[in-house]
Amino acid sequence: MIAQRKILTDEMIAQIETLASRYPTRQAVTLPALHMVHAALRQVPLEAVVEIAEVLGLAPAEVQDTLSFYQFFHQDKPHGEVRAFVCRSISCALRGGDELLEHLCHKNGVKPYGTTADGALTIEPAECLGACDFAPCILANDDLLTNMTPEAAEAELKKPRGRAT
Amino acid sequence: MPAFKPVLLEAVGVPNGHLLASYKSRGGYAPLERVLAEKQPVDVVDMVKASGLRGRGGAGFSTGLKWTFLPKDHPGPIYLCVNADESEPGTFNNRILMEDDPHQVIEGIILSSFATRACTAYIYLRYEYPRSWHRLQAAIDEAYAAGYLGKNIRGTGFSLDIYLHRGAAAYICGEETGLIESLEGKRAWPRIKPPFPAIEGLFRKPTVVNNIETMACVAQIARRGVEWFKSIGVPADPNNPRDPGSYGPKLYCLSGHVEKPGCYEAPLGITARQLIDEFGGGVWKGRKAKAVIPGGISMGLMTESELDTPLDFAGPGKVGCLGLGTAAVVVIDDQTSIVDVLHNSCRFFAHESCGQCTPCREGTSWSLRMLERIKAGKGRLKDLDLLAEIGSTMGMMPGSTICGLADGAAWPIKNAINKFRSEFEDHIKRTNPTGWMVTEPVPALQIVEAH
Ligand SMILES: Cc1cc2nc3c(=O)[nH]c(=O)nc-3n(C[C@H](O)[C@H](O)[C@H](O)COP(=O)(O)O)c2cc1C
Ligand code: SF4
Ligand code: FES
Repeated sequence: MIAQRKILTDEMIAQIETLASRYPTRQAVTLPALHMVHAALRQVPLEAVVEIAEVLGLAPAEVQDTLSFYQFFHQDKPHGEVRAFVCRSISCALRGGDELLEHLCHKNGVKPYGTTADGALTIEPAECLGACDFAPCILANDDLLTNMTPEAAEAELKKPRGRAT
Repeated sequence: MPAFKPVLLEAVGVPNGHLLASYKSRGGYAPLERVLAEKQPVDVVDMVKASGLRGRGGAGFSTGLKWTFLPKDHPGPIYLCVNADESEPGTFNNRILMEDDPHQVIEGIILSSFATRACTAYIYLRYEYPRSWHRLQAAIDEAYAAGYLGKNIRGTGFSLDIYLHRGAAAYICGEETGLIESLEGKRAWPRIKPPFPAIEGLFRKPTVVNNIETMACVAQIARRGVEWFKSIGVPADPNNPRDPGSYGPKLYCLSGHVEKPGCYEAPLGITARQLIDEFGGGVWKGRKAKAVIPGGISMGLMTESELDTPLDFAGPGKVGCLGLGTAAVVVIDDQTSIVDVLHNSCRFFAHESCGQCTPCREGTSWSLRMLERIKAGKGRLKDLDLLAEIGSTMGMMPGSTICGLADGAAWPIKNAINKFRSEFEDHIKRTNPTGWMVTEPVPALQIVEAH
């Protein structure tokens, strides 16, 4: 089995084992393992689900069941190099959050949740990012973009930035 | 009001205030050393009980009392889950505590674990807080190095590990049993209670779930004492034996249409108007408030004339709101359409309902569809009655759902329709002059995907 593993690297397996020592069940490592793969590949393909299940001693369906609950994980295609969560909840909406989302989708030629053709940017509507003091705001990979105007956001999202951790 | 000095937010603006050395220079960890040297777990439980501390995560349940629900003389393990999912729209105080003063939170967690005999504390942190994640992890590492965490802490035989566990952007993971299921690696479907987590929680073991701000309060009570804590806030109503009072400082999150949005610390019981005027610099652009959310969107709406309501645990309920919630105050100015506000709220809950309970799944989804139609100029007066019906029939409080999300979804609907009905009627009649009176079923608009 191990020989066929294509997605999980030895380093990832080692990390999963370290994490497993923190919980009384191996299933509890499901979410951390999904995050690990997602951070590396910007998606969690089905093969990865099977491999995670094998390492954790679960049925692939159990891992997929958990994964599919969270819309967070991209499965079939990776999200863009920059993943922009544009807040649409109340405090941001009151300060132009919906207009911000519309502008960004329009300028980048994508629908909400879509990725630009060059794979550089994915734009996703998000619920409250917990940064309402900076409304309207965007979480782009690990960077919080604060008090955004449509123009400023458009420029910010063109910049390269570090991967999400 | 006498001058009030922030305590929970003491580290904000202090250079390197998030580091261990800075925290110790402010008096941090000395209370923990004292407790470990001189006290028994039961002493800490009694202290927290005597302080009257009520949970800051939304429900306002007495913290000390919750701890006493754990089984006596349990062989263990007992777990502490620290709720840092903070996803209630408008709320960001946990973020500020974790970023600016992580050691205050960690000291509170260690004290609470000592009190409850928990051997492991998991901090369930929402994904959207990468900065909190790094700050907390660095602070946990410092605390291990300083011997405040790990095996046999200070030679007392008490051992504790703290682990960070990241969520994946789902509001329902903040509900305590949704959090537990998510931590166990499953879908975050809230559990039917009882059993309550104190009896059977994480990994089917006795578990306490507490909010980040609650943990910070525990640290401050240990440092400054029960008398100090009880000197702040609103005392228990002597005419109501069931009122436990609203003691202590509170972090109010102020956002929306104010000049200076931010997280402000004030004694429990400050009014919304004081908060907006004294801390927020007033409603923005010199306008007036039309409505104010008292404690996160789930709590409903107050009108302008209700702004003198004290924001303590009992206050918002007196004007028909669900409660104090997370004390996230969102100001909505008089140029804003209340139809848009309710649409935003309904969209949130339709997106975040976990779908287990029919009233919540269907109620949130249909209320969104009706609001879509009303916004699109196809509303009917009858829709308001239907919305009011949804608002009063779905939820844990009418007894039809597993968790409180449905109540949180219902309250804004109920308050908006009750308190602003004429604005909805005007909007519907103005935008749908030929169809507002129709009462037969109408075809749905093209369904806009909620997710
Ligand atoms: C839908 C829903 C979402 C919740 N989200 C949170 C949250 O993000 N953070 C939190 O501390 N409590 C949240 N709660 C409340 C928790 O269930 C629980 O009461 C709280 O964490 C207990 O901590 P406390 O007693 O210290 O307040 C939520 C409750 C519901 C019903
Ligand atoms: S009330 Fe709603 S969110 Fe809560 S368990 Fe039921 S369906 Fe899920
Ligand atoms: S509403 Fe946008 S960050 Fe809270």
